[in-house]
This record gives sequence, structure tokens and C-alpha cells, in this order.
Amino acid sequence: MSAPLRAVLWRILQTVPVVFGVVVISFVLTRALPGDPAVYFAGAMADAQSIEEVRVALGLDQPLWRQFFLYVGDLLQGDLGNSISTGQPVLTDLAMRLPASLELTLTALLLACAIAIPLGVLAAVRQGSWVDHLCRVLVTAGVSLPTFFTGILLIYVFYYLLGIAPSPLGRLDFIYFEPPRVTGFYLIDSLIDGDPETFFAALRQLILPATTLALFTLAPIARMTRASMLTALSSDYIRTARAAGLSGAMVLFGYAFRNALLPVVTTLGMVFSFVLGANVLVEKVFAWPGIGSYAVEALVVSDYAAIQGFVLAMALLFVFLNLVIDLSYTLIDPRIRFAAK
Amino acid sequence: MTDTNRRTFLKTTALGAASLPFLKVMPALAEGRDTLVVVSGQTINSLDLHRVGTNRASYQVAINCYDRLVSFGTKTLPTGELSYDYENIVPELAESWSLSDDGLVITFKLKSNATFWDGRKVTAEDVKWSFDRAVSVGGFPTTQMRAGGLSRPDQFAALDAETFTVTLDFPSKLSLPDLAVPVPFIINAEVAKANATADDPWAMEYLHQTPAGSGAFKVARWDQGQQLVYERNDDWVGGPVPAVQRVIVREVPSQSTRRALIERGDVQVSFDIPDRDAAELADKMTVHSTPIENCIHCACLNTNFEPFQDANVRKAIAWAIPYEAIFNTAAYGRGTPMWGGPETVTDTQWPRPFPYNTNLDTAREFLAKSNYADGFSVPLSISLDLASWMEPTALLIQENLEKIGISCTVEKIPGANWRTVALVDKSLAFHLENFGGWLNTPDYYFFWAYQEGKLFNSSNYYNEEVEELTNRTLHMPMDHPEYAGLIQRMFEIVIEDIPRIPLWQPALNVALNGATDYEFWFHRQLDARPIAGV
Repeated sequence: MSAPLRAVLWRILQTVPVVFGVVVISFVLTRALPGDPAVYFAGAMADAQSIEEVRVALGLDQPLWRQFFLYVGDLLQGDLGNSISTGQPVLTDLAMRLPASLELTLTALLLACAIAIPLGVLAAVRQGSWVDHLCRVLVTAGVSLPTFFTGILLIYVFYYLLGIAPSPLGRLDFIYFEPPRVTGFYLIDSLIDGDPETFFAALRQLILPATTLALFTLAPIARMTRASMLTALSSDYIRTARAAGLSGAMVLFGYAFRNALLPVVTTLGMVFSFVLGANVLVEKVFAWPGIGSYAVEALVVSDYAAIQGFVLAMALLFVFLNLVIDLSYTLIDPRIRFAAK
Repeated sequence: MTDTNRRTFLKTTALGAASLPFLKVMPALAEGRDTLVVVSGQTINSLDLHRVGTNRASYQVAINCYDRLVSFGTKTLPTGELSYDYENIVPELAESWSLSDDGLVITFKLKSNATFWDGRKVTAEDVKWSFDRAVSVGGFPTTQMRAGGLSRPDQFAALDAETFTVTLDFPSKLSLPDLAVPVPFIINAEVAKANATADDPWAMEYLHQTPAGSGAFKVARWDQGQQLVYERNDDWVGGPVPAVQRVIVREVPSQSTRRALIERGDVQVSFDIPDRDAAELADKMTVHSTPIENCIHCACLNTNFEPFQDANVRKAIAWAIPYEAIFNTAAYGRGTPMWGGPETVTDTQWPRPFPYNTNLDTAREFLAKSNYADGFSVPLSISLDLASWMEPTALLIQENLEKIGISCTVEKIPGANWRTVALVDKSLAFHLENFGGWLNTPDYYFFWAYQEGKLFNSSNYYNEEVEELTNRTLHMPMDHPEYAGLIQRMFEIVIEDIPRIPLWQPALNVALNGATDYEFWFHRQLDARPIAGV
């Protein structure tokens, strides 16, 4: 087995205790939540008898340790349980909703990177110029404007007043149907289906929420780019490179930027996983059927299986993301090697 | 508008396709208005009302896609708006019915031309299977059936293909109306049984996703968490065939977004909008604000809490509440005031304004007469899920009680926990509550909210006479000579005892922009059948 592959496997093995910890904690925490699902799901006109019937139907009359072993047993078979509120396997729910969140978050991050990285680089290179000030204003605005406010503002201006944005009705206007499901990403699926009409419809729906989210996420990325570029530009090797008479572009992108990229990638990973779970407000404003609003709805009604499934999915995603980021470090900076970690 | 052109274009390109689910685009035409778009903040989580965990918003599927034996007629309210008519029970799947002389057996004759969506004739066996299911699955449907005296499968019998009987243990005025609520809907039993398993004899799994009924609309699409598309059933015999071909119910959680959509006219109905939006949109479009029958927003005083065992304390609070200010601030004037009513009870109107009003001097007098003349402090609990009306109400009550020496701290309880502490444990001393009964009789309200141990009696109220009067009137016909007198006596006792202080009767607000003939129903869900586009 080659060394990098063994390193990757070793990393994956290391995540097992983490995931197990997440399973235990999410199980205990959901049970510790105030609220009794049996009472909630017994509905409006419940009496003691119907509440008890529901409790038995949900298996909540069993002792806690028994519930836990049943849950872990199901998990090992790849069964995350059934959500009571949606009446579907949690896995199905997540498979429906995760792509929606991923599509939105990835688009927003791409957009944010496309703006924030050049902006951060320029701000660092021309420190104190108008670009630097623009960067500062954008960053301050980005972190200080809550996403639901930006979202509603964008809807008000571009949909309500100007009428150029489509109805903020989720992933597709009601006159279109979902493209045949391959990846769950409407943009990709509609292209696979060869249906440009739906592709553009999905893209139009995506613009406002992605912009809202991008405004929020570009702040940390731009700040990190600027700061690490400044550090890189003031370092010895850049002075040496300049003294050696290398061209400006070579110095900037070949040496400074490449070295500055490492913390930016780290930030990117953190921002991504944070935003994926935390963009509930954007999802609510744009009626986006994402995973954030799913989790919040599940939490409100104490839907145990759904909450646990969400936490587990996020934990796995986070672990995977960290792995990818660590791998990308080795590509960016050959000095970093897995074995050393 | 570019939008209209796009849709018109899409409509013409899509006409060739034969069946809806395979279309790439939905044929929708703004001017013809064959399709209505409804937005709602709530999510439909099941297509089967009988399932455990099915939420309120999903009841609309039982209404629009299934039929019952009977339904309620329509009346025009004094405001000119349409409402269901509790007094008038009309046929839906039953052609006619008769009651035996002892009032114990109701015999239904089914419509002979009624068919399910798959073309099979609706038989008494289907009705029997559906009713058996409702009383057997437990949880909410079973409780609701019991309210009408229906609790066991052996009460239902299919005499022949078109004759069905319900046998009661005791005559009750609630039995027939209880067959017109959403719960006892009639399922295509053949389809359901074909999809039932040994573990799941009532086909809960199958019907959760796939309705099988005879109702006015079929479900053309259901994207959970996003939308439900109703498609008209042209063979419907339960009533006049709906005016629109298609109704799309879109879920939009953000109220601001829903408001922008209805104001722009891109959707035709915004269902269950907040009082504030109703007040602000009223001069821009048609807004229906129908007071919800048999529903009252109340401030409840729990007798577990010692000072509230003192009737003078309860009256002091009832006289100190700033009713008018609450009604204007929390309800934006939508609904019906429930204060300043007549001193003496001479009729059986319910909900009725109680004779209390805001008068701090009277309040102080009552408090001085009590054992708590120096005042006391008490937490005032509200549910975070209902904060839109509870929070301003609680703050105004807190402000006024401070003036008579009672200090309140407002305690906000998470929605998931609210039902447990407020209704099941009944452990909240002073709190706000809003019970509404489906069956529109005062005794039914009393049964749930004033009888000891009942779910909505969050005040832990107990009065021997009220117990007895409620039991006597609950199943008594409303035209019984004694009925009015007994009901008035019940009113007098709870007005005097005042364990629940009525604040106002809330309204259900619906905004229409491009639709008409909206009809209010006690179940507070959209009945898509009468509604038409303009």
C-alpha cells in the first residue's frame, strides 16, 4: 500500500471515535431536550389514553438504554430511523434536502471566493488605496448584516420593487418540474437531462439566495486573504525573490499567493461547514427546502431520529471536509506531509 | 409583464404532453386562471390524517382529496363572507340518512354513482373499513371519533353495497356533526388492503404518500417540504365540481416573502396570514378575517397556585386586564371582543363576551377583599410558538397588574415543551391559552376546557355543578326544552368563577388576490373545492 493511501486510511480510522462520540452525544442531548414527542404528536385533541398510545407507537415507553441499543443497531445497518414529522426514513429526507443546501452553499461560496480572493489580494497589494477601503467596507457590511435582513432586502428591491428577480418560491418556480434526479443538484441534473429551460429557471432562483449567502461568507475569506497576503508579502523570501529580479506577477502569484493560500483554504473549510448548517434563515426567507430548516423543524417538535440524523450527517460531512482540506494542504505546500501529522 | 409572456409561451409548448407528472413545465395561464397558487407558512407532512404525527396543515388533504358521508352546508355571514354552516348537514357520499326512533341507529344510503379515482364504485364496505381504521389506529383520529360516541368497529355495519349503519351506545347530538369533520374520511379499501402488510394492517405507510379516495381533487404531485399540487377530479359527485383545474399549495416559511408574493399578484391566495398583515393588506386586496367559531384566546389562572384559589384575586385580575389595548395591539383589531358583555346571561351565544372590563379601581377593590391585599408575584407563561399574539398580550397584562400590586415575570416556553407543561402537566400558574373546538356547541367547549382533568383545562378548574351540567348537555339535542337553561347556568358559573379570562375570539385571515369564493371552515384549513379564480 502506498504511503499516502495508508495515511488517508489512518485518518479515516481516527474519525471512528469522533463519530461514535457524536452518536452518543446527539442521542443523549435529544433526550435531554424539554418537550415530550408523544404529547406533541398525539395532536390537538389528545387525552391521556391517546398520548400513551402514541408513546408506545414511537417506542418511547422503552428504557433509555434499550432505545440507545436499538438506535445503534439500526445505525450499523445504515438505518437512521424514521422521522415522525415527515413520516419518511431520515436517510431519504437527508438525501432530498442535503443537495439543496449543498447547491446553494457551494454556489454562494464560489461567488464569495470569486469576489473575496481577488479583493483581498488587491487590498493587500495596494494597502491603503480605495480597493483596500472597499474591501474593509464590504467585510464590515458582510459580517454586520444578518442574512435574513439582506435576503428580505434583496427580495424587496429586486423582486417586489423592480420585478426582475423571479418569485422567491424555492428552488424552482411552480411552473417547472424538478429535473430527473441524478445528483440532486438542479443545475447539474437539468444539464444532464439536456433541458436548458429548467437549468436557467433553477439558476434564476439561485441568484438571490446565493448572493445573500455570499455577502455573508465573503467577509472572513476576504479578511483572511488580505491578512495572509500581507504576511507573505513582507516575508524574507519575497524580498529575496524581488531582489533576484523576478517579475512582479511571478512574485505575487508564484510565491506570495501560493503561500498565502493555506490559511485561506482553512477558513474556507470552516466557513463552508458552518454555513451549510447555519443558513436556516436564508432557507426560510427564500423557501429553500434545505437541511437547516429541516433540522430546526425537527428540533421544534422533538423529532429525535431526524435531529440525530442531521447531527450525524453534519459530523460526517465535517470529517470528510477536514480530510479533503488536509489533503489539499499537501498539494498547496509539499512540505506538509501526512506522516508528519 | 415578462413573466406572463413566459408562462403563456410555456403553456402552449406544454399542451401536447398527455399526463401531468411527466411534463417538464406545468401549464399555467395567468389570465385564464385555471390554476390557483396558494402560499402557506406551514408544511404538509403527510397525506394521511390518521397517521401518528400528521400535522394540522395536512388535514387539508383529507378535506380536498377525500369525501365523508356528510358535510356541512354553506352560509353567508353578515359581512358577506362565506362560511360553513354547522346547523346544516348536507350529503357528500351519502345520498340520504335516517335516524331510528330511539336515536341509536343512523342508516346511510350511499350515492349510487359515487366512484373512487380508480373508477371503482364506493361501497358500504369501504366506509366500514375507513371507520374501523379511524377508531382503531389510536391517537388523534380515535379521540375525535370518540367525541361523537364512535369508539368500536362493531358500531359500524355494511348492510349491503349501498347501505351503511352506525349504532350508538347513547343518542348524541354530536354524532352526525362528528361524521362531517375531516377525520372519518372514506378510503378506497381495496387499494389500501392491497398495500397493507401484516405489520401494517391499516396501510399507514402506503396512504401516507399515496392517497386513495373519491374526493374533489387528486394529488398530482407532492414534494414534501415544498409543494402539493391538486388536480381536479372531474367525476366528483360529492358536491359541485371545483371551478379550477389545479391548485398548487406552495410552502413559504417566511411571512415577508409570502406578503411580497401576494402583493405582487404572483400567487392568488395567502393562507393564514398574521393579523398585522391582514390589517395592512385589507385596502389593497380582498382579505377575509373570519372569527374562528368556538375558539377563544384566554388568560388562564391555575388553581394549583394558591392565590388563584381565591375568587376575589381571579376577579381582580379579570378587571385589571387592558382588553381594548390587547385587542388593538396583539390582534390589530381582527376578531371579536370578548369583554364588556351583558351583566346577566339571557342567551346561549358562545363564544360570548364576559361582563368584565378594564377598571383598575374595581380590580383594587376585589384584591383588597382577598387574602392577598398586598399583592404577590407570579410568572406569566407564554409559548414561543405563539409569541406573535402572546408576547404583546403578556406585556400589556404585566403592565396593568403591576398597577394593582401583582408583579408578573413573563416566562417564555419553547413550543415543543408547551403542550407538556401547559396542558398535560397543567403546571403553569398564570398563562395564555387558545383552545378552539371543532364541534360548534358550548357544551363541547366546556367538555374540553372546564371539566376536570380534560386536556385544555389548564387552570385545573373543578366545579361540581359544571361537571354535571356539561355531562348532561353534551349529548342533549340543542332544541331540547331544558338545553338553553342548563347552558346559561354553566355560563353564569364560569363567569362568576372566572378560571379562564376570555380576551378575544381570534380571526383566521386569508388574503386573496385573483381568487374568489373563499369559504371559512372550522378546521382552519383551506377548502380548495369552492374557490375560483378571477
